[in-house]
Amino acid sequence: MSSVTLQNVVKRFHRFTAVHEVNLEIPDGAFVTLLGPSGCGKTTNLRMIAGLLDPTEGEILIGGKRVNDVPIHKRNLGIVFQNYALFPHKTVAENVAFGLKYRDVPKAEIAGRVQKALDLVQLPDVGTRYPKALSGGQQQRIALARAIVIEPDVLLLDEPLSALDANLREDMRVELKRIQEQIGVTTVFVTHDQSEALAMSDRIVVMSAGRIEQVGTPEEVYNTPASEFVASFLGASNILPARITGQDADTVHLEDPLFGAVPVPAAKAPALAGASRAKLVLRAEKLQIVAAGAPTPGMIAAPAFVETVDYQGQTVRYFVRVGNTQMQAINMIDERPYAQGEAVQAAFRPKDCAALPES
Amino acid sequence: MSIEARERRQPWILLSPALTTIGLLLFVPLLFIVVYSFWLRTATGADQAGFYLDNWREALSDPFYRDILLFTLKIAAITTLVCAVMGYPAAYFIARSRGNKAILLLLLMLPFWISYIIRTMSWINILGVSGALNSLLIWLGIISEPMQMLYNQTTVILGLVHFLLPFMILNVFVSLEGIDVTLEDAANSLGATKWEAFLQVTLPLSLPGLAAGGLLCFVLGAGTYITPLVLGGPTDAMFANLVYEAIITQLNWPLGSALSLMLLVVLGVLVMIYNRYLGMAQLMKGLG
Ligand SMILES: Nc1ncnc2c1ncn2[C@@H]1O[C@H](COP(=O)(O)OP(=O)(O)O)[C@@H](O)[C@H]1O
Ligand SMILES: [Mg+2]
Repeated sequence: MSSVTLQNVVKRFHRFTAVHEVNLEIPDGAFVTLLGPSGCGKTTNLRMIAGLLDPTEGEILIGGKRVNDVPIHKRNLGIVFQNYALFPHKTVAENVAFGLKYRDVPKAEIAGRVQKALDLVQLPDVGTRYPKALSGGQQQRIALARAIVIEPDVLLLDEPLSALDANLREDMRVELKRIQEQIGVTTVFVTHDQSEALAMSDRIVVMSAGRIEQVGTPEEVYNTPASEFVASFLGASNILPARITGQDADTVHLEDPLFGAVPVPAAKAPALAGASRAKLVLRAEKLQIVAAGAPTPGMIAAPAFVETVDYQGQTVRYFVRVGNTQMQAINMIDERPYAQGEAVQAAFRPKDCAALPES
Repeated sequence: MSIEARERRQPWILLSPALTTIGLLLFVPLLFIVVYSFWLRTATGADQAGFYLDNWREALSDPFYRDILLFTLKIAAITTLVCAVMGYPAAYFIARSRGNKAILLLLLMLPFWISYIIRTMSWINILGVSGALNSLLIWLGIISEPMQMLYNQTTVILGLVHFLLPFMILNVFVSLEGIDVTLEDAANSLGATKWEAFLQVTLPLSLPGLAAGGLLCFVLGAGTYITPLVLGGPTDAMFANLVYEAIITQLNWPLGSALSLMLLVVLGVLVMIYNRYLGMAQLMKGLG
């Protein structure tokens, strides 16, 4: 078990910079997710930690020791690849035992440890089969068993669930988290799926175009996005231009042309000191659509009319027009959804808002 | 016609041009050769139709033919081994190279644009008494008289390797291309060095290609007559040279037919043994 530290890490491929000046501290035993759209440099980061790529600049430390010059086979890491990378010519047991052969584990002990790993991933009876004879989800578990049987210092997972179908993915998500907690290994998980990241991580590192946008707990990145990118990448957000009319100890007073005065909690409006303009961020789930004329206690409301109704069973997604701006709302359905063209009110509680600097 | 019946017929319709061509150009002539091998060449030089076993008796009982057959198999085996040892690293290099793979493959194909006979003859200009190598050595003062480097077993193998190496490289290349490179990464991450990862993962997975390349080199090498004719000495005749001799020089078609069928059967049996013990099916099993 070890911490992982990236200091000013840069990776260039010829003249293209895939990773810019990344600084990151992953504490011992943490489950940290690198989240971002495809091509933002997540895999590149992971491969540098793994030792499959050399950083162009910067230092990588594992357990406090610089590993830039340590070859991959000496780093003692468990890696689960996106396509599993199981050895097709070896049985499941041989696959899982592979890493033990290079670790001076007595022969007599190998079978027992392989079996323990297979038990842990809940596939105790497949040792003699070949990987091709297993389903995708089972191959996934074997890849995990192979990575953890060596008791790695760090577990690296590159989009391990993306090849599974939706149901299985959710099961594996829970399963993976259970196993990680059980063995307590420091884990770096790469995904482009925000719900995976939110569900599994102790901390989320949101990346965009080779840079870190924000590091925080799932609640932090979700509720207090540090940038417009984070706000729109994690779920749907409404982002409105606003004027700053005043700031005091616990509130930032914003003035928005559609809704008027909005007092945003200062905790959710960092980095606004001295500015005169800001962006008001409101999650689609926090924008309530209520009937025209209905009371909206404690809320700020504006008249709106429904443009599009995207019915999803338990919830419904509305696109409503407020003034000349289209806003998105995701609401639980009470009785029946509002109809297209219906005049309604769009309302929200000011404490659900966050604010970002203008630029 | 039902859809299923049509679907069942479709493969045959699509195969028919190829099957017709192969049938007409391969099996019909082969049938002629089988028939010919039972005819008899009379003292006057005419062929006598009938069912005579004389040619077969001569081909199977004369130790001369047996020795040359064994020599042929030996040369083919050495050639295959040399091709494997030289070809595998080259194929690995091409398969793992980025960007310029297409150019490397084109270079590999380039020799096929020049006639095999001309490529074989080119060694005379290189190794011959007044060839490039002798001239260079004399010019350097290392030797004073030109050396006879041509017309021996080594030059025959050299010519065959020159001819067959691209086949080996292509076959190994194709199988290496089919191997996921992250398998080696996975092996490395589990503690294997690059070399151990190669031995444990890449090499076993590429064996089908190596075996296919080996079979091709062996069969083509064992059936050749041009290379020993051009680059071999009087004692380096291979089995196909005997067939050539019988048919072209002596105009003895019946004996030539029997000899060529004999080589065909021997190679056919070897292919079958190979398929049985080393065959694709066996090797592919693990790959699903
Ligand atoms: N070996 C490479 N050579 C050149 N460019 C690369 C290489 N690997 C990755 N890239 C580029 O670096 C960027 C980040 O890639 P990657 O880390 O794989 O993104 P992600 O995993 O977040 O989808 C992409 O634009 C990709 O095209
Ligand atoms: Mg990736």
